[in-house]
Amino acid sequence: MTELAYLAAGVLFIVGLKGMTSPRTARRGNRIASVGMLVAVVVTVVDLLSLDTRLVWGLVIGGMVAGAVIGAFLAIRVQMTEMPQLVAAFNGFGGGASALVAAAAVVASDAVMPTETAVTISLSLTIGAITLTGSFVAFGKLQGLVPSRQMFLPGGSFTNGAIAAAAVIAAGVGMMYDSTNAYWVATALAALLGITAVLPIGGADMPVVISLLNSFSGIAASMAGLVIGNQALIIGGALVGAAGLVLTLEMAVAMNRSVPSILFAKFGGTAAADSIGTQPVNRATADDCAIALAYAQSVVIVPGYGLAVAQAQHAVKDLANALEARGIAVTYAIHPVAGRMPGHMNVLLAEADVSYDLLLDLDQANPKFKQTDVVLVVGANDVVNPAANNDPGSPIYGMPVLNVEEASTTIVVKRSLSAGFAGIDNPLFYQDSTLMYFGDAKKALEDALSALENL
Amino acid sequence: MSDQFIVGIIVFVLASFIGFEIIAKVPRTLHTPLMSGANAISGITIVGAILASAMGSGTFAAILGFLAVMLAMINVVGGFLVTDRMLEMFKKIPRKSESEEGR
Repeated sequence: MTELAYLAAGVLFIVGLKGMTSPRTARRGNRIASVGMLVAVVVTVVDLLSLDTRLVWGLVIGGMVAGAVIGAFLAIRVQMTEMPQLVAAFNGFGGGASALVAAAAVVASDAVMPTETAVTISLSLTIGAITLTGSFVAFGKLQGLVPSRQMFLPGGSFTNGAIAAAAVIAAGVGMMYDSTNAYWVATALAALLGITAVLPIGGADMPVVISLLNSFSGIAASMAGLVIGNQALIIGGALVGAAGLVLTLEMAVAMNRSVPSILFAKFGGTAAADSIGTQPVNRATADDCAIALAYAQSVVIVPGYGLAVAQAQHAVKDLANALEARGIAVTYAIHPVAGRMPGHMNVLLAEADVSYDLLLDLDQANPKFKQTDVVLVVGANDVVNPAANNDPGSPIYGMPVLNVEEASTTIVVKRSLSAGFAGIDNPLFYQDSTLMYFGDAKKALEDALSALENL
Repeated sequence: MSDQFIVGIIVFVLASFIGFEIIAKVPRTLHTPLMSGANAISGITIVGAILASAMGSGTFAAILGFLAVMLAMINVVGGFLVTDRMLEMFKKIPRKSESEEGR
């Protein structure tokens, strides 16, 4: 009976995730998945009650209450702009929990177990530990506690490879000699690897890192499920592992880079950075932008990470409302890697009450730019760089970008002419049809709105 | 290898394929809530944590179990709640001009 109930929980997870395939059904899907979780927890407790063994309920209840309070507090308090770091932290907790479950199994068996169990325990311990520490480094970078630029560790990939190899050897020793201490050494090395592997990665590559760690948290849960022979853990973990991997690969395609190159290779240009800002640009004022917008028939807004930093999502929506009141069609074009996690911009715009059918994907948006009067780029740079299409020497050549330069007029709202993450110049800024409107995104859009209202 | 372990591997492989098929159909606009929702599901490790904690042999195992329960529960409650909060915001807002777009 218990097994069937766990299967039911797994089915509810699958049905719930299927709901996520449309914004219409997504909220219901999430609730169905949460019912699956409730079923799994209740069944576990009932099953334990039926066993007549010495049980330590105080710890279970204490842990559940503490976790529920902390989780609810974080979920209710978080700002939508901070979603990437919250998801990173949650990934870490999930990976950590799976590593702890495996650790408890090591202690309970005193490291004496069949080979297959030893292998899955090692995987659960090490993947869980990497997820825990890697996620908290990612959290630190996103929260600004750790510098978010690319960094370089002594030895680079070689150091990481050596740590990984040492962890594998330690786990092997644990299996051969039934040594608990060897398992702890493997876990500690994996935890170190999580830090050294994520620390060097730059902020704009965080969408890939978070997706991959998400996948790891699922795989760690699945391995823990194999250790204790629990189908609910295996199914739930496998679904999350697959979800994270799909997102990881999709992000890599959107950057035109392989996953290993994102994780292990230095990226970006530095030579060109010296010449940035030496060419003349068309500087625009709030009034210039208001006039360009007011006489347009169609406007496409392109948000980037700068919009999140400036918390400008409501200012964007207010400006869009004013344009729509003048009969101007406003849509939004969102690059898959805009922001710091997949879909980050969509959540921010949804928060500002932008209807989701106006949020266009890269493939939907690109054919439209030729017929667009004004494109308003807010805090984006590399994802609208035409060099990706026409400069084979550029580090981002081949990356799919939004072809905003095809519009009649492009307004770029940006704090300064500084380079984006890729560290390269953007020819878009020097085009005759481009207006550079410098300033903090939120302030700049508010000024443009008041200028529009005074026309 | 025990039968139970082999069944576990089979379930893992099949569930992974189901996951791939479903997730590939999720639109990009929902990728953030997808990730936080998937995150909550990875909190299923709570089941293992409860088992480890309740049957804990010795103080050390009990402490590990307690921490596992707490971390997994943060994941479960926080993950589902924040996903619900986000999905509540995704709305299709009807526009007056919608009928004109057909021109």
